[in-house]
Amino acid sequence: MSSIETTGHDNAHASFDTKPIWRTFWILLGITLVEITLATIHMKTDFPSKYVLNGIYLILTCAKAFYIIAEFMHLRHEIKNMIMTIAVPALIFVWFIVAFLWDGGSYNALRNRYDRHYAEQNQVKAQPAEEPAKKPGSPE
Amino acid sequence: MAQAVPAGQKWWSGGKSPFNVEYGKLMMWYFLMSDSFTFGAFLISYGSIRFATNGWPNPNEVFKAFPFMGDTNLPLVFVSLMTFILIMSSVTMVLAVAAGHNNDRKKVTFYMILTVIGGLMFLGCQAWEWWHLHSEGAWWGQNPFLNADGSKASTNFTNFFFTITGFHGFHVFSGVVINAIMLIKNLRGDFAKRGHYLMIEKAGLYWHFVDLVWVFVFTCFYLL
Repeated sequence: MSSIETTGHDNAHASFDTKPIWRTFWILLGITLVEITLATIHMKTDFPSKYVLNGIYLILTCAKAFYIIAEFMHLRHEIKNMIMTIAVPALIFVWFIVAFLWDGGSYNALRNRYDRHYAEQNQVKAQPAEEPAKKPGSPE
Repeated sequence: MAQAVPAGQKWWSGGKSPFNVEYGKLMMWYFLMSDSFTFGAFLISYGSIRFATNGWPNPNEVFKAFPFMGDTNLPLVFVSLMTFILIMSSVTMVLAVAAGHNNDRKKVTFYMILTVIGGLMFLGCQAWEWWHLHSEGAWWGQNPFLNADGSKASTNFTNFFFTITGFHGFHVFSGVVINAIMLIKNLRGDFAKRGHYLMIEKAGLYWHFVDLVWVFVFTCFYLL
């Protein structure tokens, strides 16, 4: 295998500037700080509703993942054939995730609807953490 | 790394790597892809169980401690510190790779030392967090935390937390071991003799992957 050369190995240095590394670092740090700030605002004021907030988190997480893969792992600078062999399976995997979460949500909705015991169990408030929870039906 | 590619290059006519990367590096990419499917499967099972459950503990009420601060209420602070440490060690890793491209052995040593230290700091933080949660009564099969709405939570929360952060922590640990081996090989001058630092790049890919997984673990367990 070692006889197969990759082209232009000599001018590989030029692409490895340290400036984009630090730029990526600041982007990642900035996104993380935005996430934490939003979480703190939500804790104090309940302002962005949890659903909106979760959507924002997912978008920001994907942005972070993109920067790590593209810049730190340098995938953006590889040739297109290779990028596709990584990116296409990963993107198909996203559908896999969506399908399973959807399925989980549907299972829960069906149980809440048809299994009254299950739905009621989830309404029971627990005892304060200090004392052990009493078993239902145990003598007072 | 990126190479200057001549226009109209025929990649599949033989004689050269059609992906224009070295064999070992390509295989590292595919290994990481399969590893991401393993992590993805863990996170999918976590997500689908969570979607199939009515109540779930609020992470801000669970993860609110900080070392040496006593009984504090500082949600997200400690885990932000852990995230920062891991991103920082990822940066020193790329700087080591960049130094390797310039055949600068001393700088590679310097940045690899920093990367190993960063990895050990992260492991220390995680060990503290596990120890703290365990002292609060959380472990596999035990969940002292209530759901956000006050109802009793199942043990799924702690089971998934310890399994997935544990699996990630084990990756961090093996990454530190790999980086330490790279550091030793560099100190012995193996790469200088070979004339290139591609091994550093492959170790770097693995290390960035560990950081990448942490981004998702951070979102799934501490934010959502």
